[in-house]
Amino acid sequence: MSTPSLTAPGRRRLPLVPTAALLLGALYCLLPVVWVLVASTKSGSELFSTFTFLPGSGFTDNVADLTEYRDGVYWRWMANSAFYAGAGALLSTAVSAVSGYALAVYRFRGRETVFNILLAGVLMPPVILAVPQYLLLAQADMTDSYLSVLLPLILSPYGVYLARIYASAAVPADVIEAGRMDGGGEWRIFRTIALPMMLPGLVTVFLFQFVAVWNNFLLPYIMLGDDEKFPVTLGLYTLLQQGSNTPALYTLVITGALLAIIPLIALFLVIQRFWSLDLLSGAVKS
Amino acid sequence: MTRTPRRKAYGVKSAPYVFLVPATLLFLLFFALPIGYAVYLSFRRTEVAGLGLGKGARQEIWAGVANYADALSDSELLDGALRILGYGAIVVPVMLGLALLFALLLDTDGLRARGFSRLAIFLPYAIPGVIAALMWGFLYLPDVSPFLYLLDAAGLPRPDLLDGGPLYLSLANIAVWGGTGFNMIVIYTSLRAIPAEVFEAARIDGCSQLQIALRIKIPMVAPSLILTFFFSIIATLQVFSEPTTLKPLTNSLSTTWSPLMKVYQDAFVNNDIHAAAAQAVIIALATLALSFGFLKAANSRTKQGDSR
Repeated sequence: MSTPSLTAPGRRRLPLVPTAALLLGALYCLLPVVWVLVASTKSGSELFSTFTFLPGSGFTDNVADLTEYRDGVYWRWMANSAFYAGAGALLSTAVSAVSGYALAVYRFRGRETVFNILLAGVLMPPVILAVPQYLLLAQADMTDSYLSVLLPLILSPYGVYLARIYASAAVPADVIEAGRMDGGGEWRIFRTIALPMMLPGLVTVFLFQFVAVWNNFLLPYIMLGDDEKFPVTLGLYTLLQQGSNTPALYTLVITGALLAIIPLIALFLVIQRFWSLDLLSGAVKS
Repeated sequence: MTRTPRRKAYGVKSAPYVFLVPATLLFLLFFALPIGYAVYLSFRRTEVAGLGLGKGARQEIWAGVANYADALSDSELLDGALRILGYGAIVVPVMLGLALLFALLLDTDGLRARGFSRLAIFLPYAIPGVIAALMWGFLYLPDVSPFLYLLDAAGLPRPDLLDGGPLYLSLANIAVWGGTGFNMIVIYTSLRAIPAEVFEAARIDGCSQLQIALRIKIPMVAPSLILTFFFSIIATLQVFSEPTTLKPLTNSLSTTWSPLMKVYQDAFVNNDIHAAAAQAVIIALATLALSFGFLKAANSRTKQGDSR
């Protein structure tokens, strides 16, 4: 199909310019990733003395140094990030699923109002939320805790939105009716009939939210003081900040950055095959 | 759906409300309450009696709109707002222009390496803004940068990528790099949803690929373009982590470079939560005004049916 055929002369040439332009775009997007990969192999002295894309000889040393740094606090940050993103995305998906389902399937007074109010949350600049969230949590003596980073991110307006769109597309009304005829309660119908049908959409919600929480910086930056609870983004930031006085830390920052993006890239490569991107366009259309 | 059979349909009336309890609770606690609190704080101020020592020497009183008046005449905040408008004027058009271009190119017949290009361009979406800023930051650093190395090798002057005008471009580049792929995918997905017959007809009429792209494809993906624009405006005005991350690498980024950084500075460094709250409210309102203004302007030009 994609081979240049002779059946339509002149029209179906191999599109060299588009291919080249896209490859150029791909190169641009891969450049920093390739750089961090190369730079993490350099020892501290090589970093500033050899050509940027020339591999060095210190990768294992760098990883060992990073692991040793303050008794392995780096791996603690990674574990924290995995926890925040994993638990946060799971809870968020659950809330999105049940809310999106309710908004898609039932007709009730105030449905659109509730939906619009929830959706307005997506427009709120994080700062108008994060600063008072901090002050309020401080009054409950809950800042600088795992919960202070986890709780504010559970409700994802975008997740509710996607779940609603997906539920109204994937769960036919007559299936629910049939469930009711069989005498199933509403919760049972949701759990046993609708939830499996919504699963592909919920995977998307989970992944979106996982990436969103993993990448979040502002909230932990504001909430946390104890670096034992830092996610890896915040940890690397503090490391870089100290690095401006002690450039020896730069190699640790670079190695840490590489190791921090490897799980995300791996996850990304695996999931992009299952990722229902059609959902995105569906979301865009309404 | 409205005419549910009464028989056996127990709980149908109350079910949606029960299902919405978790979302409502979380919304009240982590959206409505903080916003209300921020607005409340923005109308208060701390009055210090005497030397401000001891219990009761500091108390909160009503300030009216004083905090707002202060914020609107605060040159740091205004400078930050101007910087961010300049930054946004680069980021949003370049990012969405590239996203649209790449999406259209991906949609070309007979393209090679389609999967690879799409994946590679989408990849930065998975990388946290802090780490993106960190990686690019090193690529801008004079001692490490390959760009400066090449310029030097070619005997050309080396601009300081972390100062003055180039700093804007350097920051904008990080945002463009991080956001193009996601927007490309959104546009590309809606391109794929256009029925093939539409193009066949145009092709039979003798339209070139370029004409098809300009006259058919772009107008048909207009709704997704509008949406990506809308969200890009909101995200751009809230830039925080990238300049914050670059700060340790340069002296040219002040602690109040972007309006959000200024809010952070006032709230947690200067401990003036009232001023910070007023600024946050102003930023939120300005963001909403700009993004909805755009949406209104765009919607009056394109009207798309509701798809439910």
